[in-house]
Amino acid sequence: MIEIEIDGKALQVAEGSTIIEAAHQLGTYIPHFCYHKKLSIAANCRMCLVQVEKAPKPMPACATPVTNGMKVFTHSEQAVKAQKAVMEFLLINHPLDCPICDQGGECQLQDLAVGYGESASKYQEEKRVVPDKDLGPLVSTDLTRCINCTRCVRFTAEIAGFMELGQSFRGERAEIMPFIGKTVDTELSGNIIDLCPVGALTSKPFRFSARTWELSRRKSVSPHDGLGSNLIVQTKHDRVMRVLPLENEDLNECWLTDKERFSYQGLNSAERLTKPMVKQGGVWQEVGWNVALDYAAHALRDVAKTHGGAAIGGLLSPHATLEEMYLVQKLLRGLGSENIDFRLRHSDFSADGKRRGTPWLGMKIADIGGLDRVLVVGSFLRKDHPLIAQRLRQSAKRGAQISILHSADDDLLIKLTVRAIAAPSQLPARLAEVVKAVAELKGRPVDPALATVGAGDTAKQIAASLVSGSKTAILLGNFAQQHPQAATLTALAQELSGLLGGSFGFLGEAANSVGGHAARAVPGTTGLNAAAMLKEARQAYVVLGAEPELDCADGALALAALTQAAAVVVLSPFKSQAMLDYAAVLLPVSPFSETSGSFVNTEGRVQGFHAAVKPLGETRPAWKVLRVLANLLEVAGFQFNSSEDVRAEALGGQPEFVSGLDNGIDGGALTLAASANGLERVADVPIHFADALVRRAPALQQASDSAAPAARMNAATLAKLGLVAGERARVDAGGTAKVTLRRSLMPVCPMAWCVSRQPMPIRSRWVRCSPF
Amino acid sequence: MNSQYNMLSQEALAKIDREVAKYPADQKQSAVMAALVIAQDEKGWLSQEAIAAVAGYLGMAPIAAYEVASFYNMYDLHPVGKYKLTVCTNLPCALSGGVHAADYVKEKLGIDFDETTPDGKFTLKEGECMGACGDAPVMLVNNKRMCGFMFPEEIDKLLAECK
Repeated sequence: MIEIEIDGKALQVAEGSTIIEAAHQLGTYIPHFCYHKKLSIAANCRMCLVQVEKAPKPMPACATPVTNGMKVFTHSEQAVKAQKAVMEFLLINHPLDCPICDQGGECQLQDLAVGYGESASKYQEEKRVVPDKDLGPLVSTDLTRCINCTRCVRFTAEIAGFMELGQSFRGERAEIMPFIGKTVDTELSGNIIDLCPVGALTSKPFRFSARTWELSRRKSVSPHDGLGSNLIVQTKHDRVMRVLPLENEDLNECWLTDKERFSYQGLNSAERLTKPMVKQGGVWQEVGWNVALDYAAHALRDVAKTHGGAAIGGLLSPHATLEEMYLVQKLLRGLGSENIDFRLRHSDFSADGKRRGTPWLGMKIADIGGLDRVLVVGSFLRKDHPLIAQRLRQSAKRGAQISILHSADDDLLIKLTVRAIAAPSQLPARLAEVVKAVAELKGRPVDPALATVGAGDTAKQIAASLVSGSKTAILLGNFAQQHPQAATLTALAQELSGLLGGSFGFLGEAANSVGGHAARAVPGTTGLNAAAMLKEARQAYVVLGAEPELDCADGALALAALTQAAAVVVLSPFKSQAMLDYAAVLLPVSPFSETSGSFVNTEGRVQGFHAAVKPLGETRPAWKVLRVLANLLEVAGFQFNSSEDVRAEALGGQPEFVSGLDNGIDGGALTLAASANGLERVADVPIHFADALVRRAPALQQASDSAAPAARMNAATLAKLGLVAGERARVDAGGTAKVTLRRSLMPVCPMAWCVSRQPMPIRSRWVRCSPF
Repeated sequence: MNSQYNMLSQEALAKIDREVAKYPADQKQSAVMAALVIAQDEKGWLSQEAIAAVAGYLGMAPIAAYEVASFYNMYDLHPVGKYKLTVCTNLPCALSGGVHAADYVKEKLGIDFDETTPDGKFTLKEGECMGACGDAPVMLVNNKRMCGFMFPEEIDKLLAECK
């Protein structure tokens, strides 16, 4: 620690910190534009000039490291004179278009111009004009307003991992631009809107729709991925106008993914279900709530009476709130059904009954940065967990060794130590090789089931990397959790982390993947899981927030099961044609913005939130709907006055973290299935197709991540199948793919990696899949 | 050889490799300026594809290479004539007749800055200080040949030389 003095106040700061960091420690504000705590230092705006004793001229506070005994004056005559002079230069070329600028009212330049600018400019000459660029459907440009702070450039290069923007040309002609003809395609692109200190980069979907001072602000929690990003939902006239990040260093830091930032558009979708509807004699009618609830109660009671409670199945979206999941499972259990599940995309449930607790990340999200060796297994990491990928990207820059074992070789924009790509059926065998190699390096006995495994070179490289670290973690991604041998992968990861003395965990698939377990929205010992209740079709289903034909592992099977059912009760904020075909009653329930509730993120953190706006039309919060439905069905124990009451009952209080988090499985057999032959399909869940809300956000549906379906395979496979790159082909992997591709407007799987076992997959050629 | 670099010849790539070898293996992009020169010498100018090829070869983002190519006016982002004449108009040259030299060339060739003669022979560019203020006015021919004391008679000689 060294001692310095800022504006006469003495303080101690860490060696190597800059004046601006020291000033922030003291709560002293130094005006700045280009400085940002999460980005590298550029020192190009010069706004943060301060006076330093004994220095001959003003120094930039963002780039000047403190020295012992340094005396800094941030508001002295010399400092303010310098700051005013910089402001005069910055305003020379800045247009006077604040009245029509979207940044107006939340503009750093506008604010600082009030403090440091003159009332008129001395500059009489022509101002510079910079042509706007097309950065895609999310970010709008007005580059004449740009002050060339390069925050956006540094963000794409440092945080998003690939420099998509640059400052081209020189001097007065310098301009921010993407490479000719390119757009900004990172899944984190919206953050450059927040970073831009002026109105040069603004939100395209939000443009010209409201002024910042007209908006009400409500804290909320992201309903999308497992991170549980904190949000500020901004509303006007009971309509969500935009979503911004609420800084939380433990979760999303100051960032948001584009999905979280722009999915609010789906809240105002024309597909919102706003009135209860029942189907009578094949015709849909809008009815009052009492009629719809009576109808639903009758339907469920009838099925329970004639076929028994077990004839009812509950399919819950993992994006539903903890309270909603808890009430659905309580209701169904009250009707005598144990068939409840929220793990709709899973295909292997053999670990059920062997789990020691609720599967979770295995550590705090904030601790990811402290890991020095990480093996990611089966994950489209960048698209499924953009901000966790961002944390690992920064770790890798600091020297952590990150390796991946996966079935698709997509570019994570992370400096990887080892990249092992294997066909899906080979993943367990390849992970077993790593276990074997680590056991050999550690001189430890290996499970007898793995006695015959021979570790290959890649496995040995991964093992060497893992054993050389002190803090290791094995992270199982969505692809591993949804894998047909997920239990084996889990058992192997457990074995591996045991050998390494590290941890292992699951990257939470959805906003409430941990909460679903905490709410006991999983089948009891006699119940059917998500796959089984579709295979052994039920008489009735209760569907909460999900679109099973798109959200289940086998969409075709889900559609068939729902279509044959006598009664399907759907609680959803949206309606779709498929829903109108299979449902008997549609109950409009609130999306996250219109209800109170909570999500439990992948580290087990319980985050409650309140409604940001009033429910649209006759929509009602699902917890209230379920309470009434339970009362009609005379299921006891539904005397809840608030969603907090529900949470208290579900979690036994109002804990900060849920209890019972444990990834361990007992008696998980390390049996390796015989390897499959032939072509295997690797389908991801594209980032903007993962849940009902984001599927209805128009701007995100135009983003490059929502590109039309395409299949990829290597040149050898193409030749073997007699296909030509760029031409249309039909991808047929059982019933699932057929449905997937037939739904050309909203395919659940726009991309299919077709990976052959031999030779190793290299994505060098593209083939289009035809909708048929 | 990967297809994306096909637009550069084997000889050009070999020359780039020599430049890359001058820097640590993990800092290949240090060779970007030299590599862009090699690409421009081969192609005549730096097209978007040529810049992307250089960037790809050096493992850097295309926009990062474009930043460099657009910063220096010795790199040509558009096709130029057979002879590219760059006249310095910075202060020391301007005080010693640099602007007059430029005006004289304009009159002789009938073109303005950033224009090419209809026969495709000459392109005229306005340049920045070339570090030879003592020889002002200074002109650069095809980015590499420096000519000093460019008064009208010298300019006539130079233009006559350029067949």
